[in-house]
Amino acid sequence: MNQVASVATPAPANSITASALRRHTLWDAVLKHGTRSAAITVLLLLGGVIATLVQGSWLSLSTFGPGFLTTEKWNPVSEEFGALAPIYGTLLTSLIAMLIGIPISIGIAIFLTELCPPRLKRAISTAIELLAGIPSIIYGIWGLFVLAPFLQAHVQPLMIEAFAGVPLLGGLFAGPPYGIGIFTAGIILSIMVLPYITSVTRDVFETVPPTLKESAYALGCTTWEVVRKIVLPFTSTGVIGGIMLGLGRALGETMAVTFVIGNAHKIAGSILAPGTTISASIANEFTEAETALYTSSLISLGLLLFLITFTVLAIARLMLLRLQRQAGK
Amino acid sequence: MRFPRAALLPSLIASLLTIAACSKSAPTAPAAVASGDKDISGAGSTFFYPIASKWADTYKKETGTGLNYQSIGSGGGIKQIKSKTVTFGASDKPLSVEELNEAGLIQFPAIIGGVIPVVNLEGVTPGQLVLDGKTLAAIFVGNIKKWDDAAIKALNPDVKLPSADIAIVHRSDGSGTTFLFTDYLSKVDDNWKAKVGANSAVEWPAGIGAKGNEGVAGVVKQTAASIGYVEYAYAKQNAMSHVRMSNKAGKIVEPGIASFQAAAANADWAAAPGMNLVLTNAEGDASWPITGAVFVFFHKQPEKPENLASAIKFFDWAYAKGSAEAIALDYVPMPEAVTTLVRQLWKDSLKDSAGQPLYR
Repeated sequence: MNQVASVATPAPANSITASALRRHTLWDAVLKHGTRSAAITVLLLLGGVIATLVQGSWLSLSTFGPGFLTTEKWNPVSEEFGALAPIYGTLLTSLIAMLIGIPISIGIAIFLTELCPPRLKRAISTAIELLAGIPSIIYGIWGLFVLAPFLQAHVQPLMIEAFAGVPLLGGLFAGPPYGIGIFTAGIILSIMVLPYITSVTRDVFETVPPTLKESAYALGCTTWEVVRKIVLPFTSTGVIGGIMLGLGRALGETMAVTFVIGNAHKIAGSILAPGTTISASIANEFTEAETALYTSSLISLGLLLFLITFTVLAIARLMLLRLQRQAGK
Repeated sequence: MRFPRAALLPSLIASLLTIAACSKSAPTAPAAVASGDKDISGAGSTFFYPIASKWADTYKKETGTGLNYQSIGSGGGIKQIKSKTVTFGASDKPLSVEELNEAGLIQFPAIIGGVIPVVNLEGVTPGQLVLDGKTLAAIFVGNIKKWDDAAIKALNPDVKLPSADIAIVHRSDGSGTTFLFTDYLSKVDDNWKAKVGANSAVEWPAGIGAKGNEGVAGVVKQTAASIGYVEYAYAKQNAMSHVRMSNKAGKIVEPGIASFQAAAANADWAAAPGMNLVLTNAEGDASWPITGAVFVFFHKQPEKPENLASAIKFFDWAYAKGSAEAIALDYVPMPEAVTTLVRQLWKDSLKDSAGQPLYR
């Protein structure tokens, strides 16, 4: 602030000459057009990506038609491709990630904003941001060498045993316990989305006016009641926006999932069985996809993923916009 | 469940170091002036990459000519050589004569490797278990589900086999290793051929997919009662429990340089049009049944003959002097008889724009 003031004072208004004015006008124009073309570049890039995806997937989409979305078969030898197994895997792993990730993230955010001593708050916040900075390949290696053997030896046998014979749930947790599979991928993803959901929800929790909370406390509300009746209703759209951001991340995650999901183009009833996701399939198979139809089918998978994440992110933007409008009221 | 870090990490680190070392030495190549040769560009097979970069390193020291090899996968290598962006392409899977003629290419085998079934079975020592092609196919297709199945027992009367479910591990990425493995199973088992077939990626009837040789090695090591397949070097360096195979002649063979070379030597390269020969299920008492070569592609009439000339020199040098380095990295050099054939092929079919042979 002080610096700005000291720069502004030595140039009194009457010293502006005609040439200086022209120069200013010119620079303004340069700035305007320069930044505008920078912004247009983004649109061109996005448009280019969509156009390439559509063009690349044309062969496969015209060969298989809508059946591409509903076929489970993925056979590179006979060149029959269907996207159902990757779509199923993508949605199911993300669902598991959300089921585990959302309660923990919101729990962390509530603790940080309502209950945490200030010193601990900084430490936990930093730790969560560091979690976001870990490269996904590290999550993958950790998942394969540490988490998967642990789940295989200690968690999955218990799950299989506990649900054996129970209708519906027994099938969901059937298995040999490979340690690798959709369930493990979901757990890894839940850890990966934690920092995203936590930081957004923490930020929106902090937008709750203190007067509201203090009034509630003054009326004798417990912390739980304040969170449940004041904080959450006030910030619900923002929280959903944060969840959507996390979901977008979970849907597109590639490397970590590839390591632990088992990469089987199959839809098994059990969540302990190996499966695959859209991005994992592309990462695995693109380098060696020799025929045009194979390559095109993989690009179609990319297009599908683009559509799914685009929808999710669009919903997130809308939610955040609504939040901003609410906060501005 | 033991944690395999101890064995895997050193090899991971070693491979990272090799990559780092190679990427340092390969691109800094202005010294090519010394020999007057152009730097060579190639792309393709990831299996070929470690030995290609080792050779490149030594070749550069000896001649000053650099080699820039991108290990983008066999499919990518074929695409690149067809679109003429590289001087040579390399693939684990040979092209048919029609494909070669259509693109104006020749192909020749550069180096040999083998694929080894590996298991993780308590109480079974490396090399103790014996399998044949039909049994291996039945396991991977999901027809044999338990380790104490009668078919496995019949081949291993002295081995104590557990009554555990077989966990199958296969490659999730398209790869030449998978091509050799499935090609072998297709040759020995009609059911496999009809249901699955041979390709660098197939629709696996059962099992878990893991990425890369290191992924398969890792999953097999940490999954009890599992079976997978990896390249020989990975099985050896990770001290995995390999399987001995009963070959076409009905003899039980141990995987290794001798048995891979036997498979290559017993193959009739001269009779194979366009050198289109997959070495799986080879004849001969000592032949390892899942053996394969890396094939290198050249353009018959290249746009820049001087580039091809330096590539020919490189492979000529590799045949003559690269054997020790190949063996050190657990590859198998081509037998003398085959390299003579390849050199003859170069003489006969590679011409510059004036119609003069590029190799003499």
